[in-house]
Amino acid sequence: MPDATGLELLAQELGEAVTNTVHFRGRGTLEVDPKQIREALAKLRAKGYDFMCSVHGVDYYPEEPRLGVHYELLDMEKVDRITVKLRVPTDAAEVDSVTPDWPTANHQEREVFDMFGVVFTGHPNMRRILMPEDYEGFPQRRDFPIGGEPVLFTANEAKGDDYTLGTSSR
Amino acid sequence: MEVIRHSGSEIERAKQDFRIRQLRARDLLNNDLDGADLEKHVEESIITTTVDKAVAWARGNAMFPATFGLACCAIEMMSIVASRVDVARFGFEAFRASPRQADLLILSGRVSIKMAPVVRRIWDQMLEPKWSIAMGACSSSMGVFNNYAVVPADKFMPVAVHVPGCPPRPEALMHGILKLRQEIVSGPEQSWRERYHAIGTEELVAIEQSTGEAAGA
Repeated sequence: MPDATGLELLAQELGEAVTNTVHFRGRGTLEVDPKQIREALAKLRAKGYDFMCSVHGVDYYPEEPRLGVHYELLDMEKVDRITVKLRVPTDAAEVDSVTPDWPTANHQEREVFDMFGVVFTGHPNMRRILMPEDYEGFPQRRDFPIGGEPVLFTANEAKGDDYTLGTSSR
Repeated sequence: MEVIRHSGSEIERAKQDFRIRQLRARDLLNNDLDGADLEKHVEESIITTTVDKAVAWARGNAMFPATFGLACCAIEMMSIVASRVDVARFGFEAFRASPRQADLLILSGRVSIKMAPVVRRIWDQMLEPKWSIAMGACSSSMGVFNNYAVVPADKFMPVAVHVPGCPPRPEALMHGILKLRQEIVSGPEQSWRERYHAIGTEELVAIEQSTGEAAGA
């Protein structure tokens, strides 16, 4: 991890793309402008952070802007890690895809889209990866209802709920 | 297993009865048996039943489960064929690799909403008569995965027996299988169809009656 001073120096080199820096428990985080994510990551790659470990989605509900995308970068030579974060609102959840620069982000960005509904513009194949194609909603958002469908047990049947489709005699 | 212990005199009597039956069978073969003895021998040797009952008995004792595992429950399912619980004692040992040859589907694990159509297709490919067991909490009630991704088995296919547990021990699955076997052998044979209001949905292929002319031609 870069130390707190190193993180500030790094942020200065990235220029105005960086909106904030956080150094917490020995872990450096750069918060960047979502419009300049590709440039910021390209500069970090030039600094030696040339391995993208993972891409994550986060829902910060009820904070605004709600949705977040985290990129974890690793410098393989110095064994040095850095986190890059950005935030977008739900009504304009669009981020430039980094897949052209970092092919490993392909499936991970699709997963973030699948679960949180962040659209990555410029992604070669922006569609759902885990949920069915015709699924509605983004299940990992925090306002998504918890719980599944009722089950056909005799106890439920006694309550008068009919879970069988079409063939009911009642 | 219940061990039945007899007292000494009972064993002696059973031995004597066996010897008498042996001698009587020999007499029958020599054509020396007639009258009341013959009647008694025939009466003891024949069991009358209906074809339905005999078929149900045969079905219940020769189930072929599909080789089909979904999740961690599948590991427990595999162990029921091993020596400890040994499902082969009840004729369930032949796990068939094709749904066409199987007549029992054990849903061993969670079914995601993306997997459900696949499972349903396997169920549809199985030939009548067929049964299914929902093994474990996930396929019965979604268990700990009570969320957007998992769907209970009842939602997309009929289930004859639910085996609770997370995962159920092999003994528990065995118990479920024996319950199903009991149901098949003793009837009503189509219990799940009654429960799902599905009587009359059997997929039976009509055999065309060939006329004499067609046979001649």
